[in-house]
Amino acid sequence: MKRDIITSSIGIVVLALLLGILYPLFITGVSQVAFPGNANGQQVTVGGKLVGSKIIGQQFTDQVVKNGKPQLDKSGNPITTPDPRYFQTRPSATVPADNAAGSAFSNAGPNNIATEQAIAANIQAYVALERPYVPQLTAAQVPVDAANTSASGIDPDISPANAAIQAHRVAAVRHLPLEQVTALVAKYTHGRGLGFSGEPGVNVLQLNLALDRLAGAH
Amino acid sequence: MTFLGWLTIFLFVAILTALAIPFGRYLASVYTGERTFLDPVLRRPERLLYRVMRVDVSKGQDWKGYAKSLIIFSLAGWLLLYVILRTQTLWNFTGLNPQHFHSGTWDVTFNTTSSFLTNTNWQYYGGETTMSYFSQMAGLTVQNFLSAAVGIVVAVALIRGIISRSGKSLGNFWQDIVRTTLYVLLPISVVLALVLVFQGSIQNFSHYLTSSGLTSGGSQTIGMGPVASQEAIKLLGTNGGGFFNVNSAHPFENPSGFTNFVEMLAVLIIPAALVFMYGRMTGKRRQGYAIYATMMVMFLGAVVVAYVAEAHGSPAQHAAGLHTHVLAGSTGGNLEGKDQRFGIAGSALFDVVTTVTSCGAVNSSLESFTGIGGAVPFANLSASETIFGGVGTGLYSILLYVLLAVFIGGLMVGRTPEYLGKKIEAREIKLVVLGLLITPLFALFSTALAAASKPGRASIFSPGRPQGFSETFYAYLSQANNNGSALAGYTGYVQPQAGNLGAHGVKFADILGAVTMTFGRYAPILFALAVAGSLAGKRISPVGLGTMRSDNPTFVVLLIGVIVLVGALTFFPALLLGPIVQGLTGHLY
Repeated sequence: MKRDIITSSIGIVVLALLLGILYPLFITGVSQVAFPGNANGQQVTVGGKLVGSKIIGQQFTDQVVKNGKPQLDKSGNPITTPDPRYFQTRPSATVPADNAAGSAFSNAGPNNIATEQAIAANIQAYVALERPYVPQLTAAQVPVDAANTSASGIDPDISPANAAIQAHRVAAVRHLPLEQVTALVAKYTHGRGLGFSGEPGVNVLQLNLALDRLAGAH
Repeated sequence: MTFLGWLTIFLFVAILTALAIPFGRYLASVYTGERTFLDPVLRRPERLLYRVMRVDVSKGQDWKGYAKSLIIFSLAGWLLLYVILRTQTLWNFTGLNPQHFHSGTWDVTFNTTSSFLTNTNWQYYGGETTMSYFSQMAGLTVQNFLSAAVGIVVAVALIRGIISRSGKSLGNFWQDIVRTTLYVLLPISVVLALVLVFQGSIQNFSHYLTSSGLTSGGSQTIGMGPVASQEAIKLLGTNGGGFFNVNSAHPFENPSGFTNFVEMLAVLIIPAALVFMYGRMTGKRRQGYAIYATMMVMFLGAVVVAYVAEAHGSPAQHAAGLHTHVLAGSTGGNLEGKDQRFGIAGSALFDVVTTVTSCGAVNSSLESFTGIGGAVPFANLSASETIFGGVGTGLYSILLYVLLAVFIGGLMVGRTPEYLGKKIEAREIKLVVLGLLITPLFALFSTALAAASKPGRASIFSPGRPQGFSETFYAYLSQANNNGSALAGYTGYVQPQAGNLGAHGVKFADILGAVTMTFGRYAPILFALAVAGSLAGKRISPVGLGTMRSDNPTFVVLLIGVIVLVGALTFFPALLLGPIVQGLTGHLY
């Protein structure tokens, strides 16, 4: 008994040093030297300003301003509207939207009336935004990723089908030929892991940045 | 459903098996003391650890000695973790708390500590809004390693009991813990962590980032931290406690379809390899194959049901007018609570992998799974970790079931039940049955208590609906089985803002959960060790004509039958009230 207590007390401290301090420090050291970009979150800067992480989804929305005052919702968060110049990310359940330091699931139950209402609202918003540019668009054609919240709340990707629909709007608003936008979408579409694992996705931040660079070059 | 979805599942099983067989051989040499290829590097630190800890590893322990060391070591780990988490701000001098998070309340910490000690990793806290880097590393990561090691050594001790030819020794607990950590968990964690960073996981000690974004809609805060080092052992040790609140759905924990595949392999590799190790250590490899076949049949059943159900879509989606067919460039299916890069197959497979084991990591929202798809995790938990199960836990759980099946089979053919030459008698069967039923007992008892009492119902996210009962049942089923996955609406913690300021716990859920996890872990461990001790002293009789074989397809069927029967009889009434009623009616509530 006494021996066990002594061994346990020493053992737990020594192992905590090895596994809790040395091991993470070692991994950090190697990562910071070998893969500094990844280890620090693939930060993207524009003009010296941090605008996001390549692999973290974010919103591309503008504040609603009325009479020179930003409008706030009931809980004090700014009311926003999608910026039509940009591809839009998936619906998110985090507060505020796409909060990458307070990630949360939507926890929307499969048989909950609230889930049906939320999905219906997302479909409606999507169709309202895209139909002016894709006149034949109906609710039945909305891809699931555009109407369902993601798991992480910060999904960096949208589906290629979703991007193909949004490309019409972005091309029209930016006065670009559709083929040029579609080519950019293809460029920022990643394939499956090892060719089979997972699904292809379009990285929205990288795509939008490329569009902005195009505009800057004009 | 897609061809590539099915291909992913097929390749996963094939690659897992191909890796597990040689790894099982390696594990056998670790625990029989044979030379391994890592000896030249690790022999010295191993000896040093023994010297510092003042243990004499040449002395074997009987089951009581082994159990005593295990319990006292766990107690010491519990105390250290509790103190680290409760004194979070005291460690700010290390610079490893850049967000200045305060400690959680005592009841939440009580729950968290019990949770990580028991390999459960049930989380009544959001990692990135409450935990300092120091707590994540020196606190949680340490127990991710050690709780996994404890599970593995119990399985090893049980095997030694089964094969021992004389004497009462089950080996030396301290030697087993040290060798498991140094020769098994640490080297693979190092490799896996670096692979994850190479693929896009983060590993730093920076302050959280604030990005302005491209538009005026608001800035974004991005959580940072030493993620990859914790992610690796979280998966390998079937722990499952995410660095971030959304666990393996977070792009920093699981950046791509490739990492998703690697992470699933990491979860199952040790539980699968232990089965092959068992075949080697007993000197009867077919015994290992039979157990592997049993696990794999049940695993594949679960995967197929989950994938088909999730690909079909949910009643809420269909009622809202969303079409859930696979389109060109769209996954279709129930993508609610799933990330695009994993898709339906990658999410369904991941969640089966982590709920058959005691991992409980998630890459999608279990609460948003369809009724039938969501019933799969319930069924997996009801099988009490016999489908691969937690590291070590899975093997000792199914070995208890094997003994039960041998006993039942023996009664059917009218012979004295024997397993690998050892007579299974009344004492062993009593211990086996107690070991198997105590976890379900705690799961059901705690669920009933929580569903029937007002403080228990305070935790429910969808009150007054079958979903609310599902949340409650899943919470205690998951905690009793030391899984740690959740229908995450169920809560034991109210946190109005980041940093724990103004936060308070739901005491009922926190304490009942902690008690459930503790008994669900240590009671079966003690029974398994007692069975080992009881078998260790027995003479091995030669195989005769009348000996029932435990390594052929007939036995596999018998074993699956016993597992399904016990699980179904125990849990079916409760399952009816939640997921099954949702899946069958397709009703919205």
